[in-house]
Amino acid sequence: MFKIIDKENLAKEITQITVEAPQIAKKAKASQFVVVVIDEKGERIPLTLADWDKAGGTITLIFQEVGFTTKKLGTFNEGDSIQHILGPLGHPTETKRTGTVICIGGGVGIAEVYPVSRALKEAGNRVLGIIGTRSKELLILEDKMQKICDELFITTDDGSYGRKGFVTDVLKELLEVVEKSQHTKFPDLVYCIGPLPMMKAVSELTKSYKIKTIVSLNPVMVDGTGMCGSCRCTVGGKTAFGCVDGPDFDAHQVDFAELEKRLNLFKDQEGKLKD
Amino acid sequence: MSKMRNKTPQQPAKERVKNFFEVALGFSQEQAEEEARRCLQCKDPVCIKGCPVEVDIPAFIKLIKEGKQKEAQALIKEKNNLPGICGRVCPQEDQCEAVCILNKKKIPVNIGALERYAADYGLVHSQEFIVHSKKLRTTNYELRTTIAVVGSGPAGLTCAADLAKMGYEVTLFESLHLPGGVLMYGIPEFRLPKKIVQNEVDYIKSLGVDIKTDTLIGNTYSLEDLCKEGFKAIFIGTGAGLPQFLGIPGENLGRVYSANEFLTRVNLMKAYKFPDYATPINIGKKIAVIGGGNVAFDCARVALRLGTQAVLVYRRTENEMPARKEEIRNATDEGIPFKVLTQPVRIIDDGKGFVGGLECIAMELGEPDASGRRRPAPLKDSNFVLGVDTVIVAIGQNPNPLLPKVTPHLKTNKDGTIWVDKNFMSSIPGVFAGGDIISGADTVISAMGAGKKAAVAIDRYIKNLVTSFG
Repeated sequence: MFKIIDKENLAKEITQITVEAPQIAKKAKASQFVVVVIDEKGERIPLTLADWDKAGGTITLIFQEVGFTTKKLGTFNEGDSIQHILGPLGHPTETKRTGTVICIGGGVGIAEVYPVSRALKEAGNRVLGIIGTRSKELLILEDKMQKICDELFITTDDGSYGRKGFVTDVLKELLEVVEKSQHTKFPDLVYCIGPLPMMKAVSELTKSYKIKTIVSLNPVMVDGTGMCGSCRCTVGGKTAFGCVDGPDFDAHQVDFAELEKRLNLFKDQEGKLKD
Repeated sequence: MSKMRNKTPQQPAKERVKNFFEVALGFSQEQAEEEARRCLQCKDPVCIKGCPVEVDIPAFIKLIKEGKQKEAQALIKEKNNLPGICGRVCPQEDQCEAVCILNKKKIPVNIGALERYAADYGLVHSQEFIVHSKKLRTTNYELRTTIAVVGSGPAGLTCAADLAKMGYEVTLFESLHLPGGVLMYGIPEFRLPKKIVQNEVDYIKSLGVDIKTDTLIGNTYSLEDLCKEGFKAIFIGTGAGLPQFLGIPGENLGRVYSANEFLTRVNLMKAYKFPDYATPINIGKKIAVIGGGNVAFDCARVALRLGTQAVLVYRRTENEMPARKEEIRNATDEGIPFKVLTQPVRIIDDGKGFVGGLECIAMELGEPDASGRRRPAPLKDSNFVLGVDTVIVAIGQNPNPLLPKVTPHLKTNKDGTIWVDKNFMSSIPGVFAGGDIISGADTVISAMGAGKKAAVAIDRYIKNLVTSFG
């Protein structure tokens, strides 16, 4: 059993919980995730580690209440326990010093891009952040991102906060400025996590500029340890398992269309689950 | 004495395909005692040698004959920690029953069903066995040596139980949220009720084994961490859990499952009880299961019980199928058709990213290959399409690569199995391995046999440490 010691509502339908899990906290690295089973009849769902405190022995999970399990988890309070948490899982992001890195997070993906941005900053990179949501009420972790980014751009689809438009609009402008300039350089790496259409759009844009881009994929998982292949995706023409070979992959090699179809596999059933 | 072998009663095929309840119903006391009377109580019993864990078969059968079910179970448990499981899933026809002297007349004693009968006594009287088990752990308790066992499948459970009986402090680590390995996620409820597995796991806990679930060794703790935590020896029983795929076009379409995913969703996560349980399974109306082993048969029979039509697609003929004869018969009785001498070449997209059909090619059998089975070869221009909307790939599993991948110095063989010496010790001193992770996908009982032998080797290793440095 894993006890929830803090719960906070970060934005509309976005919840943050801090859970006692000392061993996972001790081992956690950027972009790794956990698999959670909330109760006896629960399914196994993957959640990215949004933060961790090695000394305090806790991990932080941020989730959007979109489906049956996340909605139910949203009803858990401080003092309640989650039955099972397995982790940390997946390969950590490679966080060496490369120069300038653009970190892009969309929606609840901002929670996931935060630990990666922080690790890249700590490795000595210049970190530019671009975070975007549909509207102001969905924006999370602005302060935290502000602290670690050398520069932070915020977009909302409806223009209710920051720049009106998509994260790709900002990215496009930044790249065009570099293209025209005599004395600025293209970023050495773009890291992106968010909804699939966003990752796809970022990937297409950086591909035309030949900028190395990493995306953190979010396929359907069951065990999270490489024994079932539910999370398989095609990368560079080969089948990879998201849980053990990823979640980070070279964006320009990913078959996004296939991933999108596989993500919709259980859509119909999701609607049949009732509280 | 009856010459006929007493068969275990079964749920009728027409009924059982509508439920997940156990197919074989087990002996009544009368049937068990009658079958027990058929045993000749050989002076030099060969059946014991046919059992990978050397259960004293004539002795426990004698106890059953005398109506002493409890004593029979206690006797079996001296050698076999999981009799309720072995009595159900062992291929007895290739083991103890194959060498039974009555086999000369093709009517061996039904040892499996008798073992199960004795074991099931514990289901209603488990408390007595928990008291009994506490008496078993005395011998070298003063050593207070702690040993880590990685993986709670048949190999790990057996190794942990035997070490606990020797007096060691054992912690068993499992990555999934429930212990049992393939017994929980792989073998379906109608062949091995999960209550039986739970009961056997409880018995092993009563021996003093501490089971830690939700712990992936390699990630949550490295092997080095375990050494630092004070474990004096480690046993790796992580099994063959890496699914093999066919490598044909269309394999990543929706409704193409590995057998592992399909069975894990249904057995471990209870997707057959969806939406009462939260894990879904998305299948259509016609399912092709590819393969001819026990796992393929489990998948096809599960599919049937989920209310679909299932067809088994196999590239050789029924004679070469590696599945147990009993399972092939059960599936036949349940009305599962076999499409033999058939090799899938492509999974067709229905235009929406789901399975729209399975393109196959007909095969013929050629010369025998390394395994002694005749090698199938494709017949030219014989392609045809099977009209199915779901495909389950059950062509085998490879050793689990996760732990070797993150553990430098842990030597593996070409096929991905962990290299061990004749004492089950790996290339890292004090780290042992057994079961499917050293042999590749094999039976439950052979994994148990390996776990048992490894426990003996670990005991010898620890005692040598104590005498050299203690």
